[in-house]
Amino acid sequence: MLIKLTGGIVYDPASGIDGQQQDIYIRDGRIIAKPADAVVDKEYDLKGKVVMSGAIDMHTHIGGGKGNIARTLLPEDHRQDPVYRSDITRSGCGHAMPSTFVTGYRYAEMGYTAGFEPAVLPNNARQAHMEMGDIPILDKGGYVMLGSDDYLLRMLTAKKDQKAINDYVAWTMTGAKAIGVKVVNPGGINAFKFNQRKLDLDEQNSHYGVTPREILRVLATAVKEIGVAHPLHVHGCNLGVPGNVQTTLDTIQGIGGLPMHLTHIQFHSYGTEGDFKFSSGAAQIAEAINRNKNITIDVGQILFGQTVTASGDNMRQHANHKHASPNKWVTMDIECDAGCGVVPFKYKDQNFVNALQWAIGLETFLLVNDPWRIFLTTDHPNGAPFTSYPHLIRLLMDRSFRNDMLATIHPEAQKMTTLASIEREYTLQEIAIMTRAGAAKLIGLKDRGGLSAGNWADITVYTDNADRQKMFEKPDYVFKDGQLVVVDGKVVSTKWGTTHVVKPEFDASVEKGLKDYFDRYLTMKLGNFKISDDEITEDGRGSISVHPLQGDVA
Amino acid sequence: MTEITEVPSPFCGIGTDDLTIKVDGVLLKVIENGCAVNTPAFEQPITDTQARVSGQEVSLDVAVAKAAELLKDTKLPLIGGCATDVNGMRGLLALADKAGAVIDNMNFTGARNNFLALQDSGWMNTTLAEVKNRCDLLLVVGTDVEAFAPRFFERYLWNKESMFLDDTSSREVIYLGRAPSGTASTSPTGKAAQVLPCAIEDLPEVIAVLRALVKKQPIRVTSVAGIAVADLQTIADKLLAATYGVVTWGAGALAFKQAELTVQTLSEMIKDLNNQNTRCSGLPLAGKEGDQTANQVCGWTTGYPARTRFSSGYPEYDPFLNETKVLLENGEADALVWVQAFNVNAVPPETNLPTIVVGRSGMTFTKEPDVFIPVGTPGIDHAGHAYRMDNVVAIRLKKLRDSGLPSTAEVLNAIEQAL
Repeated sequence: MLIKLTGGIVYDPASGIDGQQQDIYIRDGRIIAKPADAVVDKEYDLKGKVVMSGAIDMHTHIGGGKGNIARTLLPEDHRQDPVYRSDITRSGCGHAMPSTFVTGYRYAEMGYTAGFEPAVLPNNARQAHMEMGDIPILDKGGYVMLGSDDYLLRMLTAKKDQKAINDYVAWTMTGAKAIGVKVVNPGGINAFKFNQRKLDLDEQNSHYGVTPREILRVLATAVKEIGVAHPLHVHGCNLGVPGNVQTTLDTIQGIGGLPMHLTHIQFHSYGTEGDFKFSSGAAQIAEAINRNKNITIDVGQILFGQTVTASGDNMRQHANHKHASPNKWVTMDIECDAGCGVVPFKYKDQNFVNALQWAIGLETFLLVNDPWRIFLTTDHPNGAPFTSYPHLIRLLMDRSFRNDMLATIHPEAQKMTTLASIEREYTLQEIAIMTRAGAAKLIGLKDRGGLSAGNWADITVYTDNADRQKMFEKPDYVFKDGQLVVVDGKVVSTKWGTTHVVKPEFDASVEKGLKDYFDRYLTMKLGNFKISDDEITEDGRGSISVHPLQGDVA
Repeated sequence: MTEITEVPSPFCGIGTDDLTIKVDGVLLKVIENGCAVNTPAFEQPITDTQARVSGQEVSLDVAVAKAAELLKDTKLPLIGGCATDVNGMRGLLALADKAGAVIDNMNFTGARNNFLALQDSGWMNTTLAEVKNRCDLLLVVGTDVEAFAPRFFERYLWNKESMFLDDTSSREVIYLGRAPSGTASTSPTGKAAQVLPCAIEDLPEVIAVLRALVKKQPIRVTSVAGIAVADLQTIADKLLAATYGVVTWGAGALAFKQAELTVQTLSEMIKDLNNQNTRCSGLPLAGKEGDQTANQVCGWTTGYPARTRFSSGYPEYDPFLNETKVLLENGEADALVWVQAFNVNAVPPETNLPTIVVGRSGMTFTKEPDVFIPVGTPGIDHAGHAYRMDNVVAIRLKKLRDSGLPSTAEVLNAIEQAL
C-alpha cells in the first residue's frame, strides 16, 4: 500500500525543512522517497495544511507504581471525566492521571505518537512496562532510576572504580529495559530512609558519607562512557525549595561539562527575594543554559487547576505534603532501590507562589535561546495534565494571549516577573524542534521525529490557525507507523506502539557481586529480577526497538 | 523428571521465589523451601482437562461459545473471583468492558478497609526489602502473620544479614490485639514477641489510645479493652525510639465494622511518628487470590480498584454497591462469571443465575455450573505476572509443566471475541 500526502507545508527540523511545501510517501509503515512509477493507493490532499512528524513527550509519568497510586488515590477526579467505550476504543477515565487506554487516545488526539516514562524504579520496571503495554498507539520507553539505590551507594563508599559502576549501570538498564538513566534527588531518597529531611548538593548521606555531587558525576560519566545517547536525566536536589536556583547553578557547574539533562527545571529555579521571600531564578538559569552547551532541560510548566504530583522524590514530597489538596497523600520507601511520593495539588492563579511558578516556567521557555536544548513538558501530571499542551503552546506562540493571561494572576506575582517585557513568540519550527526533532535526538531515537525517507511514518497534520491552542488540540490527521489513527482530533483506529530500549554491553562478571547482594539483602533472586524480552512481546501486542549506542560500541 | 529452582510463588503474597520443585509429567513436588500455604497450592493435582457445558464434556470452542451465548443478552453480568495473573486480568477487563459487567475481586471486602483509608487520607508505607534491611521494631496489629504467610519472619525479619542492623535477632516484635498461632515470630536467639491481646472488635479503641500516646496526649483511663495504658505507653515509646519502625496489619483480619477507621488511625499515627523526628512505615499484608494484581491492573485500566462496573459504558467504582454478595442478594446481577485460577477451594457463591466458571483444574462444585472451563494456574501451567503484598514488585511467574490447560487470558479473550 502506497500512501501519498500531497502538498502540505512541512516543518521537519531534522532535515532542515522549515515550512516548505512537500509531498510525503508512505509504504509499509515508513516514509519513502518518491517512488519512480508506483501507483498511489491512497492520497490525502494536504494543501495549506501544516505537516510535522508525530510529537514525542520526552518526560511524562505514564507508567509505574506511583502513577497507579495516584489513580487509586483520586476516584473523585476520575468521576469528573468519565470516558465511554466505543466500537474501537476502551472505556476509562481522564483528567489528572488518565487510565492507560485513555492516555494513548488523548496523546494521539493531540498529535503525539510517543511518550517516555522518566522514573522507572528497577524493582518496579515490570509494572512500568506492563502499564505502558496497555497504552495504545504510542511508542514508549523508560529511564531507569539510580542514585538512591543502596547498591550504588555501597559501591561509592567502597571506592569502586568507574568501570565497575559503568557495568552496573549498563546491567541495570538492560535488566529493566530502559533507554536512559535518571537520578532523582541524588542520594536524597536514600537519605530520607535514614531520617534525613533535606540533602544539599554537597551534604553527605549520613550512612554512606556520599554527596549528591559525587553521585551525579559518576552516573553522568557512566551514561556517557557506556554510550547512551540520552544524557543523565537529573531531577536535582531541593525540589520546590525557595533559593534552589543556586543549587541548580551549582549542579550545572559541578557536572564539569559532562552531558546532563535537568528535568522540570521550573521547580528548581526559585530565589528568595521580595516580600514573600520567593522569586524567579529563571533569568539566571536561562543564562547558564545558554552558556553551557552540555546542558539540556525540560521545563515542567505548571498550569492552573487540579492535578496530582507523583514523584520518586519521597523526601521532598513528604516535606510538601502540607500543600496537599485535597488533603491526602502517600509516600513509600521502596526495596532499597528508591521511593515515591504522591501529593494532589491544586495550582491557583490567585496564589502568589503558584502564580509565580507559572511565570517562572514561561520565562524559562522564552529566555533559553536554543530550542534543541529545551523541551516542552508539564512533567505530566505534576505541573499539569498532558492534555494542557495545546494551551501551553499558545502561551509560547502568542504574546498578546500570554500577556492577557498574565494580567489575571496574583498581582504581586505580576510584579515579580519580567514576562510582560519578553517579546519572543515561538515559531512553528521551534515548536517542531522542541516536541519532535529535538526530543528524538535527545533520546537517541534513530528513525523517529523526522519526515525524511527511512523514518517511521509517525505524522501529524494540522490546519493552520492563529489560535494555536485550537490548532494543536485537534489535528486533521495523525498517522502512526503509517496507519491513520486520528481524524479531526478523534481516534479512528488503534494499534500498538513499540518499546524503545538500548542494550549497552557490560562485563558479565558484574553479576557475581550482584547475585551475592540479591541473595543477602534483597527479596528476589537475581534471575527473577531481569525482565526478558518475551515479557513485553508475549501477549502479541508489544515489540522492542533497540537503538544504537554512541561511539564504537554499537 | 526435572527440578526447577528459584520458583516464585503467586500464592503466599510475600513473593517467595526460592522454591525448588520437582516436575514429573504433570505432577509437582515442592522439595525445597515449601510452606503450609505454597506446598499444597503447587502440588494440587490436575483433575479436569476438559471443559463442560451442563456437566457434559465439550471442546473448549463449544464451551466458549456457550459462555458467550449466556452473556449475550445480559443486563448486568457479574465477574467475581478475579483471581488470576496480569494477562488474565487484562482479558477479564476487556470482557467486562464489552459485556457491561461488574467486576469484583473476592478479597475486596477486606481490602476495602485499606482503600477507604487510602482514598480519604493516604499513608506512608514500605516494602519487603526495606523491612528486611531496616526494620528494628515490628508492630503487628490484629493479624496472625505466620498463618497468612508462614515464611514472613524467616525471610524478612530473621534473615542472617541485613545492611543496616548489626544483629537481626535483636529486632523487636510486638503483637497487638491477636496472639500469633505459632512461634515464627520468636527470634533465632529465643526472644519471644511481646503479645498484648484484646478482643479484635476492641482494636479501634486500643489503636485510638495508642495514637494519642504517640502524639503525647494525656490519657485519663488506666486500661483500655483489658490492656494497661502503661503497656500501650511502652509501645508508643518504642515506636518513637525506633530507627525504622514498621506497622503491619491484614485488612481482611480486621473483621469488624468500619475497620477502615482503624486502618486510618494507624496510618495517621505513622504520619505522626514521622513528624517526631523518626521514621516509621506501614506494611499492609495482602497479595492472595490475585488481589493486588486485580487492583493494580484494574487501577491502570480504569482508574479504580477492582470493584468497578461497566454497565453505563464507562467504569464506575463503588466499594459497597458493586459487592458480589450485594448484587446477588438484591437480584441485580443476571449472570455470574467466576474467575479463579489459583485456588480450587474458592468456589463461586451459590446462585440460581446462569454461571460460567473459569477455574483452576481440580475445582469441585455442589451445583454444576452451566459452563466450566478448567484453566491453568499462572506460575505452574503458564508464565505470567503477579503482584506481591507490597504492591511494588510484580513477580515473573514461571511455566513449570506442559499441561495443555489454557490460560485465563486465552479463555476470557476468546469469550470476548465471541460476544
